Amino acid sequence: MKNEINAGSMADIAFLLLIFFLVTTTIVEDKGITVKLPPWSEEEPDIQKLKERNVYSVLVNANNQLLVRGEQMRITDLRENAKEFIANPRKRPDLSEKPTMAIISLKNDRGTEYDTYLQVYNELKGAYNELWDELARRKFGVPYSDDLPLAQRKAIKDEIPMVLSEAEPTNFGEEQ
Amino acid sequence: MSKFSKKRGKADPEVSTASLPDIIFMLLFFFMVVTVLRDAELKVKVVTPFATELTKLEEKSLVNYVYIGRPMPKYQDVYGTKPRMQLGDKFATVAEIPLFLEKHKVKVPEAKRPKITSSLRVDGEVTMGIVQDVKTELRKAGQLKVNYSAKRDPKK
Repeated sequence: MKNEINAGSMADIAFLLLIFFLVTTTIVEDKGITVKLPPWSEEEPDIQKLKERNVYSVLVNANNQLLVRGEQMRITDLRENAKEFIANPRKRPDLSEKPTMAIISLKNDRGTEYDTYLQVYNELKGAYNELWDELARRKFGVPYSDDLPLAQRKAIKDEIPMVLSEAEPTNFGEEQ
Repeated sequence: MSKFSKKRGKADPEVSTASLPDIIFMLLFFFMVVTVLRDAELKVKVVTPFATELTKLEEKSLVNYVYIGRPMPKYQDVYGTKPRMQLGDKFATVAEIPLFLEKHKVKVPEAKRPKITSSLRVDGEVTMGIVQDVKTELRKAGQLKVNYSAKRDPKK
């Protein structure tokens, strides 16, 4: 005769709890593209006084089409094109004088799909990320990441600052 | 000889299940730690787009969530099918954003307030109009750190 409590059902109770937690919780994928918005000001920034060669204008219309510096482009080509514009390795006279002068101007329509907008933003950010990465490898021999010492990160961002200005969107294709 | 034959016939071939609860409890605790309780019921449909240049949001307590999407079918009779914004667990208008941010801010210790991030969980099919309005309102309220929620494409 054993004087023991049967622990066999303990597993069932634990399973019940486990399933309860599985159902009520979500494994959150809290990732995204972090952006620093410009502070609010009433007047529009004057982009006219910048030299044309330093401005990389990206327009997205309500049909999710891209117009980059006056020419149509596909999103897949945007990253390479933006990289070439910012770094300007061949010193072409129509691309940016130097990375510190380059400004990306992004303008969309109120009817642009958010998915397209984010893809464009992603490509532009990707272009900068790749440039930072190349520079970090050249200068410090390590890939660019947020784990780099602050001084090194600052040195890289001083050389290639990310300047992305977003203009007030047009309103041609807002859904009714 | 007798040394080996002793056990035969007498042994009870049962596997002890006493440690099974412990294993299950371990699993349970694992899930309790890595997951977060669903805080708000989603009233809008949100399927975040794919992206590659992702950063992770570190501290949960410093994040407030703004959901934008089309109302779920059961709310469509009342709220229509146009994209709407959800703050906390109810539909809201852009004018309610400052109060919402303030309510979250008071719960955060003062030293950490500059690190507060707004996570915009926006459905990929929504048009930019409402997103733009929300962004403008966030800028006016001085909430400049924003994270466009996105996920990595599993197929790539």
